[in-house]
Amino acid sequence: MILEALSYTFMQKALVAGIAVGIICSFMGTFLVLRRYSLFGDGIAHVAFGGISVGLFLGVFPLWTAFIVSIFGGLGLQKLRQSTKISGDSAVAVVLVSGLAVGVILVSSSGGFSVDLFSFLFGSILLISNEDTIMILAISAGIIATLTLLQKQFLHLTFNEEQAKLGGLRTTLLNYAFVVLASITVVTSMRLVGILLISALIVVPNITAMMFGKGFKKTVFISMSIAVISVVSGILVSYSFNVAPSGTIVVIAVGILVGTLILKSTGLLRKVDIKTPSKISHNS
Amino acid sequence: MSVTPVLSVKDLTINYDNFPAVDNISFDVQEGDCLGIVGPNGAGKTTLFRAILGLQSFSGNMKLFGYENPKYSSIIPLIGYVPQKVTFEPNFPATVYDVVAMGIISEKRIVQGAKLIQECGCCWNRVYQSIKKNEDKVTQALHTVGLESLRNRRIGELSGGELQRVFIAKALVKDPLLLILDEPVASVDVESQTKFYNVIKTINEQNKITIIWSSHDLDAISKYANRVACMNKKLFFHGEKEKFFSDKELLKTYTESSMQMHMHDHNHDMH
Repeated sequence: MILEALSYTFMQKALVAGIAVGIICSFMGTFLVLRRYSLFGDGIAHVAFGGISVGLFLGVFPLWTAFIVSIFGGLGLQKLRQSTKISGDSAVAVVLVSGLAVGVILVSSSGGFSVDLFSFLFGSILLISNEDTIMILAISAGIIATLTLLQKQFLHLTFNEEQAKLGGLRTTLLNYAFVVLASITVVTSMRLVGILLISALIVVPNITAMMFGKGFKKTVFISMSIAVISVVSGILVSYSFNVAPSGTIVVIAVGILVGTLILKSTGLLRKVDIKTPSKISHNS
Repeated sequence: MSVTPVLSVKDLTINYDNFPAVDNISFDVQEGDCLGIVGPNGAGKTTLFRAILGLQSFSGNMKLFGYENPKYSSIIPLIGYVPQKVTFEPNFPATVYDVVAMGIISEKRIVQGAKLIQECGCCWNRVYQSIKKNEDKVTQALHTVGLESLRNRRIGELSGGELQRVFIAKALVKDPLLLILDEPVASVDVESQTKFYNVIKTINEQNKITIIWSSHDLDAISKYANRVACMNKKLFFHGEKEKFFSDKELLKTYTESSMQMHMHDHNHDMH
């Protein structure tokens, strides 16, 4: 069955693009989860919905409008957090509903939902074209290269922004670069699991990886491995049982999380002694 | 020829909502000094440090190695700073090594600061030496604070005393010209305090790093600092530690004001 599935070109494209998306979502997700931006993916994906609606409304390629609108949405979210007293989750909520509202208005005025829109909402990894695959691979390579290059700076920024600033890092510029990278990651990944499930691929593998109690590089590697395993097995299982790949991928990722939790509770996975449930300080 | 002070503070005032947190203080810190700053809670010590580090706006004048802004800002990355509190996610996936390595600053920053310091004639030779070092700076910093054995331990699994030494190592890894420590032994057990004071002594005497250090522990200040500044919004004393500890009237005033502040805090907590 698996060999049969792998013989189809559409499956090969889906697996290649899926693995690339799994890697960028988990890599970017490590920083997003640690910065308490877990719902950032959700917020940007909903803004992307607005962007896709603009594209469909204007008759231009919707993914490009989604990229532009999402990047501006991400920058707006960052500005909202920095220059007002609105908390992070509230800022995400404002941006999320704004994108969704614009999308709903444009969709209703252009005659309702279309197949294109559904494919963005729920993912359509099995339907991607050669051009889409090349685009996903090229963007993923760019994101991985940039994140690898700026890894130390982003890690310091994530650990403690004030300390990073004192160390001479240009924190404002890095924050904007971070948001732009995250927005591009979200929009690129939408074809795999769709707008509604994208944050699962960003958040779930990372939460699981952090339970292993390893350092940064090992945690990123574990997270990437979980994401890739979820994507590959999700696509193959969905082919075998003729169910939606997006949902299957997320269910498998959540299954790995639950399995890890069980291993931890039974003591088979090393318990990590965490001081307090909230943030800790060095002299507390 | 007069030597340019590492830090020169003149007529510094910092207001929060029109109330002075720091009121018109002036002092100099010379190269190699270990200046202990004492004062009750709310005396403005942390606010003063934040102003020195460019994190707090102020009125007055401050010079770092004789430079005002914008050159002042170029030298700030060469200051090591251990704040009173560093908050981070308890499950942050970083080892001791990862966190200490975060303290390494780019060569571009070092060269930028070193050029300025060379021009003012202060300790430039040591700065250039630090650029040329090839050995692992993180390992060296961990060795200084005695944490080599914990280098692969995750940061969230450390005790308060160990964490505090990690942050000192993080400040030391850049080979700082000035080290600022904000009440570094608050809430740390006695054994860890002793280890910390030995580290302070080593980096001040052997590594020739200038230190500004705030503390409530007069006993430690008397043992390890060479100069003392006593402040409670205003600066009441700045000079040799022997002079401070021989001035019974000043000591009495400080002890009473600290005690009153402590009792006030305690009563406030009770209510």
